[in-house]
Amino acid sequence: MIPVNRNGEVWVFAEQEDGALHDIALELCGKARELADRLGVQVGAVLPGWNVRELGYRLIPHGADRVYLVQDRRLEHYQTQPYARALCTLVEQHRPQIVLFGATPLGRDLAPRVASALRCGLTADCTDLDVADVDDPAAKTTHRNLLLQIRPAFGGNIIATIINPQRWPQMATVREGVMPLREPNMQRKGEIVAAPVTFEEADFAVRLVERHREPRKVNLKGARTIVAGGGGVGSKANFKLIHDLAGAIGGAVGASRAAVDGGFIGKEHQIGQTGTTVRPALYVACGISGAIQHRAGMEESAKIVAVNWDREAPIFGVAHYGIVGDLNQVIPLMIKAIKERPKE
Amino acid sequence: MSYHSVVCVKQVPDTAHITGEAMKADGTVNRAALPTIFNPEDLHALEVALEVRERFGGTVTALTMGPPKAADVLRDCLFRGADRAVLVTDRRAAASDTLATSYILSRAVRTLGSVDFVFCGRQAIDGDTAQVGPQLAEKLGFPQVTYLQQFIDLRDRTARLRRNVGNGWEIVDVRLPVLITVLDAAGEPRPPAARRVMQYKRARVRAELEAEVKAERPSAAGTELEAEVERRAEALRARGLMLEQWSLDDIRADPAWCGLAGSPTKVHRVQSIVLTKSGYTEIPPTEEGIRRLIRELVVDHTLG
Repeated sequence: MIPVNRNGEVWVFAEQEDGALHDIALELCGKARELADRLGVQVGAVLPGWNVRELGYRLIPHGADRVYLVQDRRLEHYQTQPYARALCTLVEQHRPQIVLFGATPLGRDLAPRVASALRCGLTADCTDLDVADVDDPAAKTTHRNLLLQIRPAFGGNIIATIINPQRWPQMATVREGVMPLREPNMQRKGEIVAAPVTFEEADFAVRLVERHREPRKVNLKGARTIVAGGGGVGSKANFKLIHDLAGAIGGAVGASRAAVDGGFIGKEHQIGQTGTTVRPALYVACGISGAIQHRAGMEESAKIVAVNWDREAPIFGVAHYGIVGDLNQVIPLMIKAIKERPKE
Repeated sequence: MSYHSVVCVKQVPDTAHITGEAMKADGTVNRAALPTIFNPEDLHALEVALEVRERFGGTVTALTMGPPKAADVLRDCLFRGADRAVLVTDRRAAASDTLATSYILSRAVRTLGSVDFVFCGRQAIDGDTAQVGPQLAEKLGFPQVTYLQQFIDLRDRTARLRRNVGNGWEIVDVRLPVLITVLDAAGEPRPPAARRVMQYKRARVRAELEAEVKAERPSAAGTELEAEVERRAEALRARGLMLEQWSLDDIRADPAWCGLAGSPTKVHRVQSIVLTKSGYTEIPPTEEGIRRLIRELVVDHTLG
């Protein structure tokens, strides 16, 4: 751990793969910029890899003041231990007050290793971050400007705000898609700093034999409209209704966990806490009760239409339009109305 | 060769089936009102460890940390084939965050002596953090391989593993010892074996015996209680049914790094879920109603 350092930068781990930055790196830069401006400090991005200097120039317009570039041929493909060593070395040198990671499979592999080595706190899967003064009645003191790490917990039934008052840096992984991707400011100035790190042979204990990447077949994050089905759809056969409505609107197909667990559709369609977080222009939820795990992944949608036979279903609590009725009757009516809609 | 695998398992509240009664008036979760289950992904971790033992030889030790009641999941491990089961229980370990938990588990693994594999489920359903596995690997100084999809092979103390990284997969080689976190795809858990259930259903940790004796003889105290517990423990031990129970002292864990004191993260505030939107426009489920809705969405350019 490092001592509390109120002049420390706000850092972002810049996740990249095969020479491409992950969206989360840019989303985090935007959030880090906002937090750093409120704290009156600078934003740093740590970019480990090989031949990745160019990616550093993309982080600056999104909010980074300084990119710490850790280049080594052996960092070409992600590995936990050398990446963790890079982060730990730099944190101890530069003492940032906050370090943010994406809650991606890679980020959730790396961040806990780093936190354990630094003996500092880590909060997983945050859906929001804030800065505030926190009173500590036991110690009769007030912690100035702490990072509030906000996340659903207990299967999503509660929202917890976690703080890390003493053992810094304050670290969190942040869900993909919950921080808006801001427009880059091409006028922003920043610097790229080469940050040498000494690795040990033992850091490379895991040897990559073969790797395979699949392009994302389901583009939920980029979809303007999403039609999602839940357990109320009833069966895999009946899920065709959801596909048909999505086809009529020209949207993507989403699903709640109940629908995925029921085998109605593949996991890559899952929206919610353990799936994808989306914020489309229109979200149509059919037969989805709206457990918080699901709502956490879609409630930022601009317009939400909910169809459910149960008037008490929590999904109506976040809906803009609610249809209490049988989706087997409602969806065909919606398809018909869409096909016959007036053109603007 | 003989390989020693440790499987870290956790008893968790069944968060997937939370009902109204499980929430207290102040919006916090009433853990006592929730049924507990074996954390689902930990069952898959146990299965992989048992398969490794069957294919390559060795032993499987189940390890858990929790209140005495957590012995339930240890018995379940024995029913399914584990060779040994250890409960770490200590009031000073309560309220540990993931860092403190991984420290305590690391001390327990060290106390077990020579270990080749540590298997954990990817994450537990009560926190969904997926942090304890990697943190435990770091504390032990082991390499980590997360998201195991398939245990391919083991040769010359090198394991070949396939892991799922979300947008694809990787095959990696790693020298033992190693910590592996397991996905449900890695192996369908075997059911408890009837013969082993008969054999181990009476297995107990000491804290359970103490609770039993106190319940049966409320007036018993001090040495009398102690003697009765010891008598029962001796009887179980003779039949190999006394499960190991370790305190922080038994594993030489520094209490300063355990429990609330050892946890850098603090819960500042907990809110039960409050729906933020106060109202919505109700659309009747009729042809005319839905036509009106679609028209409205077209007019405000939500629909093209």
